[in-house]
Formats: sequence, structure tokens, C-alpha cells
Amino acid sequence: MHSTSRGITRRWALGAVALSLLTASVMAPRAWADDANTTGLAVTPSEVTVGQLHSATGTMAISETGSIQAERLAIEQINAQGGVLGRQIKIIQEDGASDWPTFAEKARKLLVNDKVATVFGCWTSASRKAVLPVFEQQNGLLYYPTFYEGLEQSKNVIYTGQEATQQILASLDWIAKTKGAKSFYLIGSDYIWPRTSMKIARKHIENVLHGEVVGEDYYPLGNTQFGSLINKVKLKKPDVVFAAVVGGSNVAFYKQLKAAGVTSAKQTLLTLSVTEDELLGIGGENMAGFYASMKYFQSLDNPNNQAFVAAFKAKYGPNAVIGDVTQAAYLGPWLWKAAVEKAGSFDVDKVVAASPGIELKTAPEGYVKIHENHHLWSKTRIGEVQPDGQFKVVYESDLIEPNPFPKGYQ
Amino acid sequence: MAWLTEFGAIAAMQAFNGLSVFCVLLLMALGLAIIFGQMGVINMAHGEFLTVGAYTTYVLSGLTLHYAPSLQPYYFFLAIVVAFVIAGALGWLVEWAMISRLYHRPLDTLLATWGLSLVMQQALRSIFGAREVSAELPEWLMGSFSLTDAIDIPRNGLFTVAVTLLLTGGLFLLLFRSRWGLHVRATMQNRVMSRAVGIDTRRVDRMTFALGCGVAGVAGAVFTTIGSTGPTAGSLYIVDTFLTVVFGGAASLLGTIASAFAIAQTQSISEFFMSGSMAKVLTLSAVILILLLRPQGLFASKVRK
Repeated sequence: MHSTSRGITRRWALGAVALSLLTASVMAPRAWADDANTTGLAVTPSEVTVGQLHSATGTMAISETGSIQAERLAIEQINAQGGVLGRQIKIIQEDGASDWPTFAEKARKLLVNDKVATVFGCWTSASRKAVLPVFEQQNGLLYYPTFYEGLEQSKNVIYTGQEATQQILASLDWIAKTKGAKSFYLIGSDYIWPRTSMKIARKHIENVLHGEVVGEDYYPLGNTQFGSLINKVKLKKPDVVFAAVVGGSNVAFYKQLKAAGVTSAKQTLLTLSVTEDELLGIGGENMAGFYASMKYFQSLDNPNNQAFVAAFKAKYGPNAVIGDVTQAAYLGPWLWKAAVEKAGSFDVDKVVAASPGIELKTAPEGYVKIHENHHLWSKTRIGEVQPDGQFKVVYESDLIEPNPFPKGYQ
Repeated sequence: MAWLTEFGAIAAMQAFNGLSVFCVLLLMALGLAIIFGQMGVINMAHGEFLTVGAYTTYVLSGLTLHYAPSLQPYYFFLAIVVAFVIAGALGWLVEWAMISRLYHRPLDTLLATWGLSLVMQQALRSIFGAREVSAELPEWLMGSFSLTDAIDIPRNGLFTVAVTLLLTGGLFLLLFRSRWGLHVRATMQNRVMSRAVGIDTRRVDRMTFALGCGVAGVAGAVFTTIGSTGPTAGSLYIVDTFLTVVFGGAASLLGTIASAFAIAQTQSISEFFMSGSMAKVLTLSAVILILLLRPQGLFASKVRK
């Protein structure tokens, strides 16, 4: 390359670089199409690209921020340990902006343009339903962290949160047994998750516990006035109020309960929708003594969880709180890593095939295992709200098999 | 007999609930009634001024707890005043920068203020984080007075009622008994003529808008006792607020009061006998029906042309 003209040299050099880049990009999938990547995913010998799709803006940012943080923490830790199959994980983060069509559009972008190996994302069932056709059509892989209503199972989704029967049945059994509860008042926000959950709860209460549902009420999302409802509860005097109120309504509901004198001293209440995240907004003192049914609480006393909480706080500040979904989101990257390494490949089909039976002994919630139906075996716990915004774990179930299509409950 | 006392207790509490829903509706609608009713500006960012009031309370509660814990039981009064000042000042700024340029294009104010509401939401999210926060409320505000075994009257409800009464009374005095109120009403009825007789209508506009926003700030501060404080908390109230003002008749404060009362009672009573969602459907249907028959709202209005 000793040319007399510098211009030519430069042009030559540029051309050579361009050519090699072109070759690289054309050859890339084939050249590195080792067993680890036969489908043209964004995988190089040193790097694998994954997507993250949550709402960083809009109404749902309240809830999804924790999931974004947990997934990033997990990926950072995996990278520090040497990555997945020797590749460092690179994240492309997209913002679903609390808008379901945007979720679908961004999912398509991640899968088609960025060719990400997997996506960690979504929070609401509505956003998951919006991206599901995209993932099935493009054969992508989604790790979904939220506890949800069940009645779904896709080859392309791994559900790391609990489905409804896992969260509901054990906690109802517990409250019937320890509190002798016979009458229940069911309260929820008016959309698919509370309605499905309450349907399951009602069947269980009536058919298995032989108790009675004395009231069932749904309020529009965002409702801020619960006075009439609280009076109805006072009139019916149920042994247990079973609640699945979400979002801003949640705060209004508990503040107004407290203001109406309905405290844990007078009324037993069990909720499916309050984690440490929600308690920040409600205020622990306004809910002290009520119970929540979750698979994870920040106060869990085991070495895995202590390490997790410490790492989370080191990264996001000492006041950071960790709710159930945040922990479930943290499992996503670890479960994916385990499945990829078992499959020896990033190919979605192989990772999916390798997933059932994957165990995680290092999970903060304790041992989990992926079931053939793509949900996790997990324990259900009851936490009692403490005034400081944390939960005291008062009950822990055995490992519960996920059952997204429960017979006799539909 | 026991059944009868219980029935009485529930009826009493239900009546109080109706009253407290009425006050909540009125409180959030007052500011809009001034801005929309008196000025004809459709302020979609009204909810966000509420949110500003709520966050002001949150910040003050943190500051009090940190610097003067002994004043914690009383800071709430200060919070209400500061919320009024901050939301009002912000309103003044918004009127100066944006609204004042849009008076001849009333429909555009809708779009512009909606954009403003998005900007304010995201700004609050960037400053305070996306998660909801909770102001440390004084002990005397939470909990209830137990009159009998069965009757519990919520203290925050009583407080809301008191603030609403004071604020409404104050606004009436201001609008109908003060010289400034005379200017406001004159400007509303005939802007050109008002200017001709020497009223500085630009100043009147600015102060009116600021007043409306300030009142929204007060509502936001009070609502921290019954609801959530988050970047989008205000948007929970915006639909009900417009409903109340439009139903009452745009330019009439009395209409707003009557409408808040009618909606609150319908809502509160129907909620007792049916599910919350159905009660909402019933209330909204009734409002639509009445507006179909009486498009100008409960009280006839004169809107500035």
C-alpha cells in the first residue's frame, strides 16, 4: 500500500475498510453461524444483543421502573461473571410509553430490525396481549415478569411471575384456616386481571372452602371515591375483604379505609395488588396489619435475597424498594442465561425447548423451576404490612405447580 | 331494634359520604369554574396544577420532618397556602407565556393546554421519579371520630368539607363583593367595553387564571389526604372536573355547586346499591340525558364571545 499519492492511499484505505465491513456484515451471520446462532440473531463472537421493552414514561412508569432496574442489574451481574456462552450482553432499551400499540410497534422493531436474541418486557396484561402476535409471528422470545390472570400459554413467552391460581388459592386457604374466615367481600378495579382473579377466588371460596361471598364490587380504573363501598363493607361485616384494586385507586382506597376507621384491628383484609412499590404511595402506616399475597417480599430472610437487596441498593440507592414484580423481572435474564447455556445456542427454538426443567437455586425468592407450560413453580407467601412500608412474612406455602388453565375455576 | 340502629348508622355515614364526595367534586371544579367559566379557556392542564399542589405538600412534609419535626402536626395549613402560591404563580407564568396568545382561538387552548399537561406530567416524573410518593400526614388528619360503635366520621372528610366551605365562601366574596371581582365579571361580559372604561383586562385575565390555578393547587394539597400523589394523579380528576363544570353551566359558580351536589349524590347513592362501575355508568348517562335536554347546563350562562 505504498502509493505515491496520499489521496489514493486514503481512498484505498477507505475502500478496504468499507469492503471489509461489507464482507463482515454480509458474512457475519454465516461466518459466525456456529451452533450458537443459526437464525441470524444479533450475536457476534463477543456480544449478544437483547431487548428491553417497558414503559419508562406514562402512567405505567410507576410500576415498570422497578422491572427495568432489576433486569439491568441482572444483566450487569451476568456480564461481570463472563456473560452468556462467552458473550457480553448488550441491551437495546425501548419505551412502550404506557401505550399498547406502541408496545407492539417497538416489539416489532426489536425483533425485525435489531434481531435481538430475547426481550425482557411488558407489565400489564394489555401490553402483553398487544405484543404476543408479534412475538409469535417473528418467533421471538419474551420474559414477562408480572403476576397475572393466567388463561394464556405461548411458546414464545416465559412467565416469571405467578399466574392467578398460584397467588390466590394458597392465600385463601391460609386465611380460612388461621382466621376461621367464612364470609368474603371481593373488591377489584374493573378490568381483566381483577375480574378473572375474583372469579377464581369465588369458585374456591364456594366450592372448596364452603364459605360465602357476601359482596363483589368493581370500580373503574382511576376511581378516587370509595366511601360508599366502605359503608357497604361495614354493613356486610365480612370476615375478610379480598382486594385487587390497582394504580392511583389503590392509594385512595386504603387512605379512605383508614379514615373510615376500618383498620386491621377491626377488619381482616387480604390484597393481591400491594407490593413494597405500592406501599411507597399508600404509606405503610395507612395499611399496617393488612395482608398481601405475593411470591416475594423484600424482607425475605435468605442469603440469596440478602445479596440481591444489597446489590440493588448499591446500584439504585439505599431508599430503593423491591416489590414482587421487580424480583420476578430479575429472574428473567438468569433464566434465559441458564436455558441458552443448556441449549448451547441462542436460537429461540432451542432455548424454548431447553427451558422446561430449568432450575434457579440462586433466585432471591428461593428455588424456582420452569414448568412445561412456561410458568414457574414457586412458593406463595403472605406478608403483613408494617408501618415502615415493609412486610413481615407470616406464611410460606410449599412449591406450587403453575396451572394457567385451571379446571373447575373458569 | 339493633337492626334499626345499624341501619341508621349506615344511613348517617352514607349521608356524610355524599357530602364529602360533593366537597371533593366542588373543590376540584372551583378552579376550573373560574378559568373555564369566567374566561372561556379550556384548561386541560387543570389536573396537573392539582398535582403541583399535591407535590408541594409532599415536599413540605419532608422539609418539616427534617428541619422542624415539632411543627409536623401543623405544617398542613402552611402546605395549603404554599400550594396556592406555587400553583398560582405557575398559572400566572403559563397565562403570560401561552394562554394570553390564544384568547381569539379558544379551541387551540384545548390542544395547547393538553400539551402543557403532558409536559408537566413528564417534568414531575423527571424531578420526583415515576413512583407514587406519600406525604407524611399529621396524625390528627387521619383516622375517624367514632360517634357510636357503628358510626365513624372520617376526619380527612371533615377537613375537606371545612376547606371547601371556606374556599367557596372566599371566592364568592372575591368575585361578588370586591372591586377586583367586579372587573372580572365586567371583562367576562364585555371585554371591549371594559377596556373602554379603564379596566386593565390583560391584568384581569392573568390574575383570574392564576387564581384558578392556585385554587387547583389547594385542592391538590387537600387531596393528599384521600388520594394518591404521583405524576399522573391529577389526570384522575380531570374528567369529573369538566363534567361538573359543564353540567353546572359554564359561567355560573352557583351552577357548579348545584352540579357537584347532584353528581355527588347520584354517584354516592347509586354506588351503595350497585357495583362502582355500574354506578358510574348510571351517573354519566343521567348527565348526558340532562345535557341533551338542556345543553346550556343546569344554570343558564353567558359566555364571553
